[in-house]
Amino acid sequence: MKTVDCAIVRERVARLITECLIKPDAAVTAALDRLDSDNALESAAAKLIAENNRIAESKRLYCCQDTGQALFFVRMGDGVCCKGLTAALHGAVRDAYAGARKSVADPLTRQNTHDNTPAVIETEITDGEDLEITFLAKGAGSENMSRLYMLTPADGADGIVRSVVDAAERGGRNACPPLVVGVGIGGVTETACSLSKRALLRPIGTYNARADVAALEAQLTDKINALGIGVAALGGNLTALAVNIEVAPTHIGMLPVAVNLQCHSLRHGTVKL
Amino acid sequence: MTDNKKLYLPTDGKVIKNLRAGTFVSVYGTLYTARDQAHKRIAAAIRAGEKLPFDLNNAAIYYCGPTPAADGQIIGSCGPTTSGRMDAYTPLLLENGLKVMIGKGVRSPAVTQAIKERGAAYLTAIGGAAALYQSRVTACELIAFPDLGCEAVYKLTVEDFPAVVSVV
Repeated sequence: MKTVDCAIVRERVARLITECLIKPDAAVTAALDRLDSDNALESAAAKLIAENNRIAESKRLYCCQDTGQALFFVRMGDGVCCKGLTAALHGAVRDAYAGARKSVADPLTRQNTHDNTPAVIETEITDGEDLEITFLAKGAGSENMSRLYMLTPADGADGIVRSVVDAAERGGRNACPPLVVGVGIGGVTETACSLSKRALLRPIGTYNARADVAALEAQLTDKINALGIGVAALGGNLTALAVNIEVAPTHIGMLPVAVNLQCHSLRHGTVKL
Repeated sequence: MTDNKKLYLPTDGKVIKNLRAGTFVSVYGTLYTARDQAHKRIAAAIRAGEKLPFDLNNAAIYYCGPTPAADGQIIGSCGPTTSGRMDAYTPLLLENGLKVMIGKGVRSPAVTQAIKERGAAYLTAIGGAAALYQSRVTACELIAFPDLGCEAVYKLTVEDFPAVVSVV
């Protein structure tokens, strides 16, 4: 049995959050720098976003004012003991967001919680003695444009393609493109939604290990970029930086497809303890 | 961005008539921040005939909820938020003199029509460019609703603030 001190978890996770909120995924800035667009508006927007990310890093500013709700994906070995882990994660959010925007409110009264808690925590129990905590900041602009489609088995791959393109077409302009499109297919409703979030964590430019799923990813990336939404929705070729799909077995009578749109402020990171 | 046409705010219908959709402008002057909850309160105040936190006549609203300012800074990161969430309140504000809105994303057909009918303008700022916009703010003053935190109304002075004319 390995024991992990929750005070160390709180400190390391708080530091991780702050760094993530300042510096988005470097692959995004690299893609914007590489963009060769024949639309002057799209080119200008790409330059402004890349400049934004450099200003944020050099001046230690948050790259986006919507510092989001804090999501954690915890993978915890069954041989790990970390007493007070949940409180430590909420505590890390409280610490890190002291200087960031507090964006969490009661859904009915809209009363702000004033410390950005509670975080959304998903836990997975694994074998072994590793504790791995992944942070993802999720802003409202892109999360609001996410959708769940409860298809039937008869809809098949064509239905999946139609649904993902529909979500991008209807929500893409509001979700701060260029986007990473996370797609979760299978399981029950919350499995599909969870997979669509986890898909966002996969590095841009990588494909699903299953050849049929990877082919869908490539096909969907092309179709979404053909929509012409472009950087900052000003028209152009770069709407999706990637379409990442994760799958899980589902019921014989079901085909759930969740589509999570992620803005270009892709802020995530992992600590291992 | 220095080649862009300059737009000085507040402004009136005459200047707006000369704006061309689909072009970048550099904004200078006064913007009031307001997002979901501030709009709800402003709309309620208009309906109740109460005094508004700022003069809406020819005013410009920036849909924005900034991060807190760090020590020694004027404001925190301050990019645009999704404009469509304010569509429910916009026609009423336009009737009461609002002339310019800056945010991100698309407006409803009804709001687009109301903007055109009123000779107003909707500009889109670059979503997620919050640190860049922070560097274009030269003054920031809390005007109303401090209990709303980041959703309070701030009076901003901006210069060389890039935005694209989207609806005129």
